[in-house]
Amino acid sequence: MENIVDALSFPFVQNALIAGLLVSMASGIIGSLIVVNRMVFLAGGIAHTAYGGIGLAVFLGLPIFLGASIFAVLSALIISLITLKHRERMDTFIGLMWAVGMAVGVVLIDLTPGYNADFMSYLFGSILAVSRNDLYFMGGLLASIIFIITFWYRDILAVSYDSEYATLRGINVRFFYTLILVLSALTVVVAIKVVGLILVIALLTIPVYIAEKLSNTLYSMMILSGLFSSIFTLIGLWFSYQYDIASGASIILVSALSLFLFLGFNKIR
Amino acid sequence: MTPIIEIKNLSFSYHKQKILEDINLEVYEKDFLAIIGPNGGGKSTLLKLILGINPIKDGSIKTFGELPKKNLSKIGYVPQNTNVNTDFPIKVLEVVLMGHIGVKSPLFGYGKEEKMCAMGALSQVGMEKFANSKIGELSGGQRQRVMIARALCAHPKILILDEPTASVDIEGQKLIYELLKTLNSYMTIIVVSHDISVIMRYANKVVHINKCLTYHKINSNESQSKHFCEVEMFKEVK
Repeated sequence: MENIVDALSFPFVQNALIAGLLVSMASGIIGSLIVVNRMVFLAGGIAHTAYGGIGLAVFLGLPIFLGASIFAVLSALIISLITLKHRERMDTFIGLMWAVGMAVGVVLIDLTPGYNADFMSYLFGSILAVSRNDLYFMGGLLASIIFIITFWYRDILAVSYDSEYATLRGINVRFFYTLILVLSALTVVVAIKVVGLILVIALLTIPVYIAEKLSNTLYSMMILSGLFSSIFTLIGLWFSYQYDIASGASIILVSALSLFLFLGFNKIR
Repeated sequence: MTPIIEIKNLSFSYHKQKILEDINLEVYEKDFLAIIGPNGGGKSTLLKLILGINPIKDGSIKTFGELPKKNLSKIGYVPQNTNVNTDFPIKVLEVVLMGHIGVKSPLFGYGKEEKMCAMGALSQVGMEKFANSKIGELSGGQRQRVMIARALCAHPKILILDEPTASVDIEGQKLIYELLKTLNSYMTIIVVSHDISVIMRYANKVVHINKCLTYHKINSNESQSKHFCEVEMFKEVK
């Protein structure tokens, strides 16, 4: 116990906890939208394309969040365009972006002189290296997400549940579809900091899957997902600190274990 | 009396294939129109044209004397497949509330008045007890009635249903048709259906669409058995 109190006095641990909670809430809300709209593969594509942006930012000496955000949002816009024009070939295109984004990132980081130490941190997260500015970015994103979703809740719900009917009622389905993808892209970028881009998909889906089974409304699903995600992140961080293991992997394993327990409990009941 | 839907010389092609050819149809207030015909015969396409989803290039459609796009809120639509997305976490009442979209400004959730109105629509279809149930927990027939309530929410003058009983058990089918009959006392009903024998009992006008449109007379039982050949009706499109 003393151990934890000690740990909490370090600013970098405080930052890690705040970042974990902010990102958990954001990924719970956006993850719910991704899951009910069957966009998990798209989010995976965006996450890996974002690595190209990380590479570019490193190469040009720009802030990492900026580079990753630009790449992720661009890839979200391209995916939105493809799904509207060539829906039947969507998986091929996304697979392509997935791989090319990664490759661009790897090459650019290789070309940057004296830079290879942090390569792993983007793949598996580096929550203990969160700065104050990162926290502002995460907080701003979460606030924007909450505002946008509350503002357009009716339309987003209608588009997600029954897009044909939404079209008929004059909702611009294309706009909301793109909006969901762009918000997903930005959420993926901040989640990379916490669990890394390889594990992002797990953070966006595992807590959401449990919440979906327990929810009657999309709204409660979002809140529950955020709550579960926060709990898993805190427990994961504790394990990570206690046993000196990678935080991202630790968070995901805690989530996955909880999912199996949940499924097992559901089966017995 | 002027028709509330007037279709003149309408043709429609998709990818150079003609789907509808020279359709002429008039629908009047309080009609109960049944549209029958083979799969791929163009029934759903015609509905989409009336609803203003597909653009009209050849011929004309007027609803209430104007272009279909201008009168979307006067037409309630119940889509064909209501069994999609049954895992979706949404309550029955929320589904019905969607009927308000496009009628009032849709920002920041729903007001009290709209919720009352949605509850009213639910009790019209006999589903008010299920307002707080998850949509996935209902049977096919119950879900269909919820979709009808959603369409009623906007107080339409015409109700259009695409295969409303396709995945509904016999008991549920009867409930739905009785409901439509009641609604027909104050609104126009248009139903696309395969259940020819059932629809004959409720409709006052039946048209058959297989690229072209033909009227069927249903004045007496006799005419049904003599002139009405079901096999003929389901011939494939050439």
